[in-house]
Amino acid sequence: MKFNIQSQVQKFSTNRVLVTIALATLVAVGGACKKSQTSAMNAASDVIRVGEVGSMTGQEATFGISTHQGIELAFKQINAAGGVKGKKLELISLDDQGKPEEAATATTKLITQNGITALLGEVASSRSLAMAPIAQNSKVPMITPSSTNPKVTEQGDYIFRVCFIDPFQGTVMAKFARENLKFSKIAILRDVKNDYSVGLANYFSETFKKMGGEIVVDQSYSAGDIDFKSQLTSIRAKKPEGIFVPGYYTEVGLIARQAHDLGVTAPLLGGDGWDSPKLTEIGGTAINGSYFSNHYTPEDKSPQVQSFIAKYKEAYGSIADGEAAMGYDAALILADAMNRAKSLEGADLRDAIAATKNYQAVTGKITIDQNRNAVKSAVVIKVDGGQLKYQTTINP
Amino acid sequence: MVEFLQHLINGLSLGSIYALIALGYTMVFGILQLINFAHGDVYMLGAFIGMYTARAFHYGQSSSLSSLLVTMAFSMIGCALIGFMIERFAYRPLRRSPRINVLITAVGVSLFLEFSGQLLFGSDPKFFPQIYTPAGDWSIGQLRINPLQVIVFGISITLMTILQYIIFRTRLGRAMRAVSFSHDLASLMGIPTDQVIAYTFMLGSALAGAAGVMVGLTYPKIEPLMGVMPGLKAFVAAVLGGIGNVTGAVVGAIVLGLAEELLVGYWAPTYRDALAFAILILILLFKPTGLFGVRRTEKV
Repeated sequence: MKFNIQSQVQKFSTNRVLVTIALATLVAVGGACKKSQTSAMNAASDVIRVGEVGSMTGQEATFGISTHQGIELAFKQINAAGGVKGKKLELISLDDQGKPEEAATATTKLITQNGITALLGEVASSRSLAMAPIAQNSKVPMITPSSTNPKVTEQGDYIFRVCFIDPFQGTVMAKFARENLKFSKIAILRDVKNDYSVGLANYFSETFKKMGGEIVVDQSYSAGDIDFKSQLTSIRAKKPEGIFVPGYYTEVGLIARQAHDLGVTAPLLGGDGWDSPKLTEIGGTAINGSYFSNHYTPEDKSPQVQSFIAKYKEAYGSIADGEAAMGYDAALILADAMNRAKSLEGADLRDAIAATKNYQAVTGKITIDQNRNAVKSAVVIKVDGGQLKYQTTINP
Repeated sequence: MVEFLQHLINGLSLGSIYALIALGYTMVFGILQLINFAHGDVYMLGAFIGMYTARAFHYGQSSSLSSLLVTMAFSMIGCALIGFMIERFAYRPLRRSPRINVLITAVGVSLFLEFSGQLLFGSDPKFFPQIYTPAGDWSIGQLRINPLQVIVFGISITLMTILQYIIFRTRLGRAMRAVSFSHDLASLMGIPTDQVIAYTFMLGSALAGAAGVMVGLTYPKIEPLMGVMPGLKAFVAAVLGGIGNVTGAVVGAIVLGLAEELLVGYWAPTYRDALAFAILILILLFKPTGLFGVRRTEKV
């Protein structure tokens, strides 16, 4: 009996070794095939491959999807107008499920396997921070449409952005609260799991205090929480005139609801992370009367914005949100730089992007400064009756 | 003072939700000595079944208590069926295998449900229709009590009372207690153990389904991974009360809810999730039987 079992075990393990070897061979051969295929295609290609990494699924899926649609629309228009340097742009998009580690894997895959010329993405700063070092090391220029944390472009000279940065966004809301709303007592509720939220909260607090205001309480939560009543109860006790909540729409909607339940009437203030159709859906009527800073507003009457909105609506059937506009702009700036660049080699393309000056895009006139950040104005938007209403523009 | 009372109210309403989930853990453990890690995900499915039911009946437009009850009924039945299937296809075939196999299977079932959920529902957060929003709110000075909180608390207590009745006053309950005492003895006495175990799973899952709907209503953002953290916390609550003990689970859950709210309100909001696990470690170190647990001698 014992002998029998042993022989079975042996047989089993021999089988397993065989299978493993067979698999390994397959993988090796397959990999080799793929590699030679890619390089062959690159040599004789009449397309320029651009990679995109975004959160098409996951907690912040609307960010990824909107950005992707914006980029896709821009590429279609560019290709319809003859492409770049006589070549068509090809977009290869990968989903990172809203996880930094997946974003890093996707970046590596795009660069090593797909041989991309340039990289577009991510919306969230924490994921762009995971991607940037990889792009930098491989000398592939990367443009993030809407990561506003300053650290992102500090990763290296191949990393650019077409949006403003947190210090500016935090400053904008502090200025708005102090000068337009005449508030002097503000509470902060920040998401400590999120680089973006912490950054905004810090810069807001700094500016607001400098302007003579007072931060009465600084509370925090972690992304994914659903219960904020205890933080809000503590905040309520300090009677602030406004609450600065620089988080993402998923939590902000619930925070607004619970604040309303607790009888907090102070308006909420926030940043571009609020920009999603889900904000008013989850927040319901409780979110009315709140303000957030954003990159653009669909209410802008300039012909360029209106034509973008019309084409976007025709293609996807919805009003373009801020992320879609930023994705569109990132793609346009990239194409513009490719046209101006001496060649499509990493270093030449990098220099061309860095030289972008007063490019009239949908979200405003974009100039890339020496830190590879965009200098442009921000708009403040008020949530009113479930609608997003343009409030004011604040310049750098 | 007002602030403190408000924290207590918030804690109670959070604790009553943990209690509904914790009951499922504790019942299954009591009867099978199995920690059913998939339980938190059944709660997630409960919320989604509730959402689809509410959408199908267009409950979002009009709010009434009856639509809440109908939605809950659907969700509880749905979850009971899911609980039955999990037991039938994942755990029953392993009834005679070592306990560690079943435990690993439980983790597998949990991951299976989470990721099938992502595939099926999509992983972006969904809005749970507001099927019942009682008008107005009750306030005593600064103290705010949302009527919804009271109703959720009331429904939880009612469900727990019904469960208590089933366990201690019905034939099924007696059979459950007998099986929990000893499988072999119970089956010698003519109790269909497999059936009783299946009923236990269904009961526990139905409670999780009800919790899913009530959480969806009070915190209207649901997503396929929403069950992970509450599931773990309910497990801690069950251990805190003495796992296998029904009253213990309820008390443990309410203590945990209150402790969390007070910690977040007065001290360190970021340690919210850490608190539950710190409690788990302390309980296991100093009083492994929990608050209400009885030390059982290991049968040889």
